[in-house]
Amino acid sequence: MVRLMASAPTQAQTDRARPRATRPDIPVVEFRDVTKVYDGGSVGLERATLKIGRGEFVFLVGPTGCGKSTCIRLLMKELEPSKGEIDIAGKTLGRIPRSRVPYLRRNIGTVFQDYKLLPNRTVYDNVAYSLQVIGETRQEIRRKVPDILRMVGLSTKLHSLPDELSGGEQQRVSIARAFVNHPPLLLADEPTGNLDPETSIGIMQLIYRINRTGTTVIVATHDKEMVDKMRRRVVELREGRIVRDEQSGLYRPDESTTEFAIRLRGELGVGVEGHPN
Amino acid sequence: MRFSFFLREALRGLRRSSAPALAALLTVVITALVLGVFIPIVQATTGTANEVRNRVVVDVYLTDTATEADRTEVQRSLEGTPGVKSVDYISKDEALRELGHKVNDAQDKIELLGTNPLPSLFRVTPEDPDELKAIVAQIAPGGNPRLEAIDEVQNRESDTGKILSATGLVKGLGAVMAGLLVLASIALVANTIRLSVFARRREIEVMKLVGATNWFIRWPFVIEGVIVGFMGGVLSVLLLALAKTTVVDPLSDRFELLAAPDTIDFPVLIVLLLFACVAVSAIGSGITLRRFLRV
Repeated sequence: MVRLMASAPTQAQTDRARPRATRPDIPVVEFRDVTKVYDGGSVGLERATLKIGRGEFVFLVGPTGCGKSTCIRLLMKELEPSKGEIDIAGKTLGRIPRSRVPYLRRNIGTVFQDYKLLPNRTVYDNVAYSLQVIGETRQEIRRKVPDILRMVGLSTKLHSLPDELSGGEQQRVSIARAFVNHPPLLLADEPTGNLDPETSIGIMQLIYRINRTGTTVIVATHDKEMVDKMRRRVVELREGRIVRDEQSGLYRPDESTTEFAIRLRGELGVGVEGHPN
Repeated sequence: MRFSFFLREALRGLRRSSAPALAALLTVVITALVLGVFIPIVQATTGTANEVRNRVVVDVYLTDTATEADRTEVQRSLEGTPGVKSVDYISKDEALRELGHKVNDAQDKIELLGTNPLPSLFRVTPEDPDELKAIVAQIAPGGNPRLEAIDEVQNRESDTGKILSATGLVKGLGAVMAGLLVLASIALVANTIRLSVFARRREIEVMKLVGATNWFIRWPFVIEGVIVGFMGGVLSVLLLALAKTTVVDPLSDRFELLAAPDTIDFPVLIVLLLFACVAVSAIGSGITLRRFLRV
């Protein structure tokens, strides 16, 4: 499995895909006193300051409407902050012109609660699309897509349409799509929001494995139980303010995916057998 | 690689949302048909109006005492007047013959008089019917002819006025209606395309999320527009050709109006319609996308 991950991009792609992210001294994500007030006057985020280093796994937690999704959407430059600045890999988002936004997004994998798959395309085509977008050749696409789908455990469903899959499988497709470019940053907005606990563990395990390859991961969720059990850094938001930022020292950063899953299952009280991955 | 990818995407789009595509196709066919019928009609109308306008002339009557030399002088002076297209001489006898065409027994009636009372005249055709008054003013400033041999200048003022205003109205109306029709066609096609794009706005949103540039998303839609526009154009041209060969051509053998020389050539019309169909639907789908690309 790790071999699959390692067989990833060529040098040229890495240079293009990861501007400066490889330098460890620059945080991958930095919020500097960021405030977002929506047009209607409601506050999405208030004076948030936050640094996330390379390779970190960070949970954004808090009740609905606390500003988790606002953070995610700000990072994708879907929204502009009302005040303050956001840097990704040392680049200030506010200075990226509209026309460059697609190139920013190619370096950010995204996973959503409602999967956001293209409804009329097969699993294979959905994943292939994000490679076609960056102008990947057909041979490369034919090589990479089956690889990544095998990694997420969907190698038998290549030609199924999204509505023929279960929720967990659809989420796996969207994770495959988010990660097939090997972006330096992965954002997940309530990735387990629509899934049952056992499926959720499988998804979390997958995201953790992506994190283990060096990708910085930010997961927004309101599933406090899962967050507590996973023992990663937790940033808690309440009414747009950061009220807790725990650099949880409890976890072993080198924990393998299997150990991780076994511990998680044990602590959540779910059976050990589950997804083969 | 790029183009074939976009083409495949376009064909996929057409296949997956065939209902809106069919609606767009029908709209294109119908508007192109209406335009294809209307353009020649407007042209025939303006052509006829122009022909009527060309009948506007000035008659310059000579005195009975005018000599041959006087006549030549008048002719030269008329031909030298700016804005004059042609000058025709009509002698007393010719004038009588012309009258004979219009009035029954004119010959007999005039024989009762003993002499031919009709004066010989020059018929002056202006280059532009609207310049008529200026020409009259040149020949006879203030109603007094500049040359002695000229008895009277008649521009049949009331007739001319009527002809000019009536034909002007016809031409103006034709232009306005053609303009409205073109506008309506564009609006109709654009709206239909907007609907089919709207149906796929979620898909576009997802494409933007994975980092597709605007043109990467737009090209397949534009190609779809070209395909729909072209197919619609071809279909309507076929229908028009059918209507032309079965209805218009047999009629035009019998009626001169339909074969008015000014109407557009059929091949030109075809090319024009095809081009308009393709352009409107391609640009339409490209532009309507803009709203959904702002994510």
